[in-house]
Parts: sequence; structure tokens; C-alpha cells
Amino acid sequence: MDRFLFLTVDGLAKGAVYAAFALAVVLIWRAARIVNFAQGAMAVATVYAAYSVTQATGSYWLGFAAALAAGLLLGAGIERAVMRFVPHTSPLNSVIVALGLVLLLQAVLGAIYGNEFRPVETPFSRTGITVGGIALLSRYDLFVLGAVLVLVVLLALLFTRTSTGLRMRSAAFAPEVSRLLGVNVAGLLTFGWALAAAVGALAGMLVVPTELGLHPNTMDLVFVSSFTAAVVGGLDSPIGAVVGGLAVGLVLSYAAGYLGSDVTPLATLALLLVVLLIRPGGLFAGVRTRAV
Amino acid sequence: MTTGLRHLLWTAAAAAALLAVTYAIPPFRNYQLATAAAYLCATAGLTVLVGLSGQLSLGHGAVMAVGAYAVALSQNRFADAGLTGNGVLAASLALGVLAALVAGLIVGLAAARLRGPYLAGVTLAVAVALPAVTTVWAGVFHSDQGLSVYLEPPPAGLGYDFPLERWQAWLALAGALLVMLLLANLVRSRFGRSLRAVRDDEVAARLAGIDVARTQVLAFVVSAGCAGLGGGLMAVLTQSVSPGAYSLTLSLFLLMAVVVGGLGRLAGAVWGALLLVVLPDLTHTIVASLTLSPAAAQRLEGNLPLAVFGLTLIVVMIAAPGGISGVVRRLTPASPLRR
Amino acid sequence: MHRIAQRGIALAACVTLFAATVGCSSDDNGGGGKAAVPGVTDTEIVIGTHMPLTGPASAGYSKIAPASKAYFDFVNANGGVNGRKITYKVMDDGYNPANTQQVVRQLVLQDKVFAVLNGLGTPTHSGVLDFLKTNRVPDLFVASGSRSWDQPDKYPGTFGFNPDYTVEGKILANYVKTNLAGQKVCFLGQSDDFGTDSLAGVEQVLGKDGVTAKDTYVVTNTNVGPQIGKFKAAGCQVVVLATVPGFTALALGTAARLSYKPQFVVSNVGGDLPTLAKLLGDAKGLTEGLLGANYLPLMFDANDPWIQLFQKVNKDYNGGAEFDGNVIYGMSVAYLFVQVLLAAGKDLSRDSLIAAVEKGGYTGPGLAPLRYAKSDHSGYGGERMVKVSGGVQQFFGPTYETDDADGPVKEYAGTPATPPANGVPTA
Repeated sequence: MDRFLFLTVDGLAKGAVYAAFALAVVLIWRAARIVNFAQGAMAVATVYAAYSVTQATGSYWLGFAAALAAGLLLGAGIERAVMRFVPHTSPLNSVIVALGLVLLLQAVLGAIYGNEFRPVETPFSRTGITVGGIALLSRYDLFVLGAVLVLVVLLALLFTRTSTGLRMRSAAFAPEVSRLLGVNVAGLLTFGWALAAAVGALAGMLVVPTELGLHPNTMDLVFVSSFTAAVVGGLDSPIGAVVGGLAVGLVLSYAAGYLGSDVTPLATLALLLVVLLIRPGGLFAGVRTRAV
Repeated sequence: MTTGLRHLLWTAAAAAALLAVTYAIPPFRNYQLATAAAYLCATAGLTVLVGLSGQLSLGHGAVMAVGAYAVALSQNRFADAGLTGNGVLAASLALGVLAALVAGLIVGLAAARLRGPYLAGVTLAVAVALPAVTTVWAGVFHSDQGLSVYLEPPPAGLGYDFPLERWQAWLALAGALLVMLLLANLVRSRFGRSLRAVRDDEVAARLAGIDVARTQVLAFVVSAGCAGLGGGLMAVLTQSVSPGAYSLTLSLFLLMAVVVGGLGRLAGAVWGALLLVVLPDLTHTIVASLTLSPAAAQRLEGNLPLAVFGLTLIVVMIAAPGGISGVVRRLTPASPLRR
Repeated sequence: MHRIAQRGIALAACVTLFAATVGCSSDDNGGGGKAAVPGVTDTEIVIGTHMPLTGPASAGYSKIAPASKAYFDFVNANGGVNGRKITYKVMDDGYNPANTQQVVRQLVLQDKVFAVLNGLGTPTHSGVLDFLKTNRVPDLFVASGSRSWDQPDKYPGTFGFNPDYTVEGKILANYVKTNLAGQKVCFLGQSDDFGTDSLAGVEQVLGKDGVTAKDTYVVTNTNVGPQIGKFKAAGCQVVVLATVPGFTALALGTAARLSYKPQFVVSNVGGDLPTLAKLLGDAKGLTEGLLGANYLPLMFDANDPWIQLFQKVNKDYNGGAEFDGNVIYGMSVAYLFVQVLLAAGKDLSRDSLIAAVEKGGYTGPGLAPLRYAKSDHSGYGGERMVKVSGGVQQFFGPTYETDDADGPVKEYAGTPATPPANGVPTA
């Protein structure tokens, strides 16, 4: 029972990060109908930016702010300089360009920083707080959960309470109509990418310290898990992303805990197949799944 | 002249030319040629799947691995049982293709229900799950370390001094030509037209009496069979198989090769396969020729090919979506049937 | 028709491409006028290696080859070996066996190297053993402790360097048995020969029931929480690690997160303190008390003449790279190679090189004996225990030697040699 409790809270902490990252995927999908396979590489780039700032200033929080700022800039830059020019003849095009970005970003980071693992500090202790003899969440895990919670609330407010959020939704679902109604669709698209990349940067900052260290490929597997989370939840649904993220976190934690950590990629695949074969559009698929 | 016969003549001509080439070039180039030929099996199958049927696979490296492991296991079993000779190798390769066909059928059945990013997600998960399979069943697949592959020396009839690399090139080229011949006939057949119809408009294809799901599954199976042969040949070339050799990166590289070569065109698959072999070699030469501090050289060494690959991919996709074969086509004056 | 025309053009292009490369790769070996030995002229010896310079496994290890190269440059600056300068071609394989195949073929078939030195990694190097054997290329001092390198009958040209993992496992377990008697022991190993050979050694000493819980990890999965959680649940007070540096760091960090504080005992390949400290960053305090074993001098022994020599070479020829166990390792390998070259004499050939290694009797920076002989192609035959205390890693107790079977773990009385005055071995 102790072990089950531990695996559950550990899975939720990890799942929270997957949820945040899945939200970034969903944001871009809703804004541009593009699955951004470069999300992981972009996030790593922002964490490197944070690393450099923290090294130079000694302050974790300055680095943290730098990561978010770098995310905004990188997202907007990539949309303006690359994604905007991708021909829309086939949905494959943007996927392939995104994969090209992955290689390019990782190679550039590797050439600048070297392909070695760099330790990343955490603002809080990662030693588990012992409750009734069981080591449970660490203060860092609580920080992760809190940060993701704040993010979800902020995004919910943005999309339901602000006019920008409403315009983004309309621009995504009916771009032509929105344009006719005077909505700056192109500008909103850039904003969507910037926002998503900043969310990705946050997720990257939260997850990298729990991995082997900072490395150009650090986020590869995190991206796979988060993408799984987004697909399981349904790519159109932010709620789906959060639920999917937590579900993936829990499944991976239980699989690793009870069956061994080698089994986790198989568990991811099984979860994905089971959900998609029952609901090909994900758990929270909308009223109609759009043929792509 | 029928299409089939014309293809056959072209294949024979190519075989003769390549045979001459294998005698003209040194062993290392033969090995590279063999590697390119093994890649070609996979890229040709992939370009049919992605370009003609419109289904994206991010897991073709894993399908190659299925073929490679099947060849490794059967070669070693045969050798243990005292069965050797080149007929055995052919049987092993056939088993590799068969295993990949089955894998393709399973993934294809799941894929037929899925579209776009959902399909990409499943194939991505397949690519990532492969190393886990070798670890969980470590008794059979020997985990990260992989298996070594028993390979006979070249047939004695070729002479004692016959280089192994030339023999490997022959094997791989034979496989690649076979794949090219089959696929060239396939894409111009009724099935090829069905594929394109499904890709362009599923509803219209269905109205025209095409079984959409069946066509898509079949495309997956065909493409997996080709990748399985490519993987099997790779196992024969490297005389070892391990999950690291068939990582997600390989899957992405294969996809990139067919895109840069020219999606949906078999000629593009050739360009792509060549690129996979030549580009790392070329960048190594470039880095070696630059005078850099050891640390800088070390950082560039592995990363430059990646950067070049990534950049090419982006530029090709935006500026020349037809890829290299599209550019060549535009530069070829004698193309009477240019579309 | 045009489609076929395209293919024809592609084919023609392919043919020209390869034909063109033929012209470039002219044979340039055997400049001395004597019988041509690949990679050897009167003024040069070309050798090569494969190393992970990029990718997840490159942590720490990417510093080995540059250090070897630096030592060769130092020797070259002092006149080389028998008037020949050593050129060391380092190829990156990213720890990917498919790349190893490619780069080793390039070294042997195209660059025509005389020998392959210190190729790194069990999965990577096992794939090229047959190829090197067929081409009769000496394959010296493989950078791994797998027992595969010691098969003189099957692979007459292949030699190990590291103490094999079973020898090491026995020595680590011997310490546990004597000094931590009665404590529950768990084992975490890499899921390949490294882990299995090491476990075999540990169980040889502690007995099959001596290990309470054992588990493995794969380098592609950075979550070792389940394994460490299992050890904690099993109540192990001692955890033996057969891990690479990244995973030693992960194991230490994960245990701390679980408030689990066993005595860690780690293999030499994953126990270099500077490498671990770098990986752990602020958490480097976790290495305090870490036990391990080694067979080469440690960087903390500032008075050791070998360390002084290597530090000088590192400063002058390696751009002052951060000095750690990987640098010491790379230079020790290079030192031994120069010794062997000298022993092989002026009339250098592949056969004379292999005969020189098999002659044995080499002494250098190592604490334990090098066991090379006609019937023994393994490397160092023992290790001495090390412990981290106060942020410094230091040897303690005697040096032990043993075999990879059921022989006893016994003390080794020999002492390390002192380096030659000018730092270059003489014949």
C-alpha cells in the first residue's frame, strides 16, 4: 500500500509535466492544425538559455524568466520565419519541417554547448518529505504541481475570459470568417506559437532537473510521452491534454514500479493503442473529428 | 513494349552497370554502396507509403529492426544446426521479410482506423518501444548489446581473394533492384492508382468502389516488407543487430531521405538512400579539413551532418517540395511526359 | 517513361559518384620502399579508434581519445617512436554499433590504419571483432571490461585493457564480504555483458543467495526509481553498481530522493569522482563515502609521479582539458601502446606488434599487473579499493588480484613503476 501511494504521487508529479507539455502541443494544434514535433527541441533550447543565464548570474529565477522569454521569442520567430512559409498542400509538410527543426536545433545546441550532460539545479530540495514513515512528494514536486496548476488556470482564463482568447478560438476554427470579421488571424497565429513555446519552456524547466541532465536530446522521450498524452486526450481538447498527461504519468509510474522500468515504452504504446482503437479521436474528441 | 518488360530491361541494365561499378571501386566504397542499397529498400517502400498512400510512418526504423532481428536469429539458428551456404542466407532474408510483413500487417490494421497526427503518434510510439522489446525479452534479443550475425564468406567459386565487401554489395544491390522492380510495377498497376485515389480523396475513392481500409493496410504491408528486407540486408552488412542501430533517429532519417529525394518517387528514394550514406562522410571530410581546436572539431563532427540534414529538410520542403528528383526532372530537357 | 528516365539519371549519377571517389582514394601506403605494412612508413604510424564523442553515452568518455592523442603528440614532439610519428585517427560512433561498423571500415579499408587502438564499448566493439580479424588488423586495448576480448584462439589480434568486470566484481564483493559482513547486498547492473559479468563476479564471492535483490537498467531509460525503490523495499544496506557514470549519478540522486542511504559500491568505469561531481552538480555531496575500485592512479594523488607527468602533458598538448580519470585512462593506454611499439622494434609489422604484446612484462602507471601472454589477452588483473572522503577520492588497503573464474581474491605485492625521467618510455 505504501508503494502504491508513492507510485501514485510520483506518477502525478511526472504527469503534471506531461500535461503542461501536452497543453503546448494542443495550443499549436488548435491554432494552426500543426502537430509541432519540434516542441521538445524548442523547449530544450529555452532550458539551455536558462542554463546560460543561471551560470552567468547565479540566480535560478532569472534563468527561469529567461527560459519563458526565450520560449516566447523562439515560438514567434519560428512561426514568422519558417512555419508561415510551409505550403499547405498536405498536412505532412508541416510535420516534416518540424522534424527538420528538431535536427537543426539539436545540432546547433550540441555544437555550442557540446553533447554532454549538464546538471541543472532545482530551486527546492528534491528529497522526499516523509509522512508517517513513507517518503512522499519532495518540495520540488510540490513546486512542479503548483506551477502546472497555475498554468492551467491562467490558460483557462485566457481562453474563456479574454477577448484575445476568444479571437484565437474563432481564428482557429473558422480562419476565413474571422479574417472577414476583422480578426488579425496571422498575428494571432504568431501569438499562439509564442504562447505554446513559452508553455513548453515552462515544462522543460520543470522536467529537465528530474532527468539525467541537460543534453540536446533530453526532451525526446518527454516529448513522446507528452505527445501520447495529447493524443490520448484528444488533440483539440485542453482538458484532454491535462487528463491525458496525468493518465500517462500514472500508467508509466505503475508500469515502472510493478513491472520494471524497461516496460514503460511498451506501456505507453499499449495505452495509446487501446485508447485510439476505442476512440480514434482521443478521449475528449469533439462532436465531430475533423478529417485531416 | 509492356511496362513490365520495360522495367525488367531497365533493371537488367542497372544490374550490369552496378556490377561493373563494384569491380571498379575499392572495398570501402563497395561497403558504402551496399549500405546505400540496403537503405534504398527501406526508403523505396517508405516513399510509396508516405508519398502515394498519404500515411505517415515514424516507425520504419523499427520495421527494419524486425527484419534485421529475424535474419540474425535465423542465421544463427541455421549455423548452430550446422546448416550453412548461401541458400540459407536467402532463406533467412525471406524470413526477415516475412516477419516484417506480419509487423506491417499489425501496425497497418491499427493505422487504417487512424488519421494524420494520430497515426504519426502510434508509429512514433512503436519506434520508441522497440528497444524495450529487446530488453524485456533479453533472453532472445540480448538487450542493448544485440546479437551478432553469422555470415558465410563469399562463395568459394568467386576465388579466394574475392573481397567480402564486394560480395556484400552484390547481395544488397540484388535486394535493392528486386525491390525497385517490384515497386515500379506496383505503382503503375491498378493498386498504385487506388493508392493515389485514396490519398487524394477518400470519399471519392470509396464512391469509385475502392476498399479504402484494405488499400491502406496493403500499402503498410508492402512498405513494411521492403523495410524488412532493407533491415535484413543491414544485418548482413554489419554482421550485428542492436536496438541502437534502429533508433528513432533512423526512422526520422529515412523519412527525411525520402522527402529530400522527392516524396512519392522511386528515383527520389535512390537519391535519399545515397544522401544517407554520403552526407555524414562528406561532413566528416569537411570537418577534418578545417583547422579547429580539438574541442570545437569534436563538437562539430557529430553535429554538422544533423544540422545540414535539418536545414536541407526545411529548405526543400519550403522551396522545392519535389525534392532532388523534382529538381532533376525540371533540369531534364527530354521529358516528353512532364506534368 | 520519364519516371524511368529519372531512375536512369539517378543511377548514372550514382555510378559517376562512386567512380569519382575511386580516383580520389589513391593508395599511399608503404612509402619506405620495403614490403608495405598498412599505415606504417619510415616517418609515420597511422592508427585509429572509435569512440562516442556525441550522444548520451559520450558523457566523460569523449575525453579519452583526445587525451591519448595528446600523449602521442608529446611523444612525437620528443622524436616519436623509432623515428616514426604517431597519427591517431579518432572516429565518432555515437555508441551506435551500426556507426561503429561504418567508421571502423573507413579506418581499415580507406585510411589503411596499422592498428585499431582502444575502441570503446562492449556492444559497439563486439560487432567489429570479426571484421578486424578477417583483415588481420591488430585490435589493441579495447576500452571495456568484457571478457570477449580475451579469446586468443578465436581472435588472435584482440587484446583487452581494463580489468574484466568479473575480476572487478569479485574484488568489490570481497571487500563487502570482509568489511560489511552480515549486511544485505543488492546489485544494479547495465543490461549487457557489463552487468552480467560483474554480477557473476559478485555472486562468485558472496554466493548465489548473497545478493538479496538484483536489477538492470538500459541506457535509453533514465528512470531508475523503480530499481532503487525495490532495493529500499528489500532493505539492502549495500548496493553494488555496475553502471556508467550517468547512471551512477542517477542512482545516487534517486536514492537521496527516496531518503534511502545505503553504502554504494561502484565499478571503476562509473566511479570517477570528477565525472560524477560534474553530473551531480550541486548534489555532488552525495558521493561522500562512495566506495569503488581502480587500477590507475587517481587525480587526487598530486604527488604521484604519473599524475604529475600526465598533468604536464595535459597542459601542454591537450589544451588544458579538465583533468579527470578519463584523461588519466587515455594517457595510460597511449603510454602502453608506445611501450609495445618500442618492443616491436624498428622493423614494425602487424605480426611483430602482436608478438610484442604477447611477450608481456609491461609496467606503467597501473597498480595491478598487466597479464598479457600468448594464452592471455586480458588486461589488468586486479584493482585497489577507493573511497570518497571529504570530496577527495583516495586509495586504501592493499591491491588485490584475481581471475575471472573461481580463484581466490589475493593481495598483490607489486608496486607501480616510476615513469621515465622525460616521460617517454624507452625500449
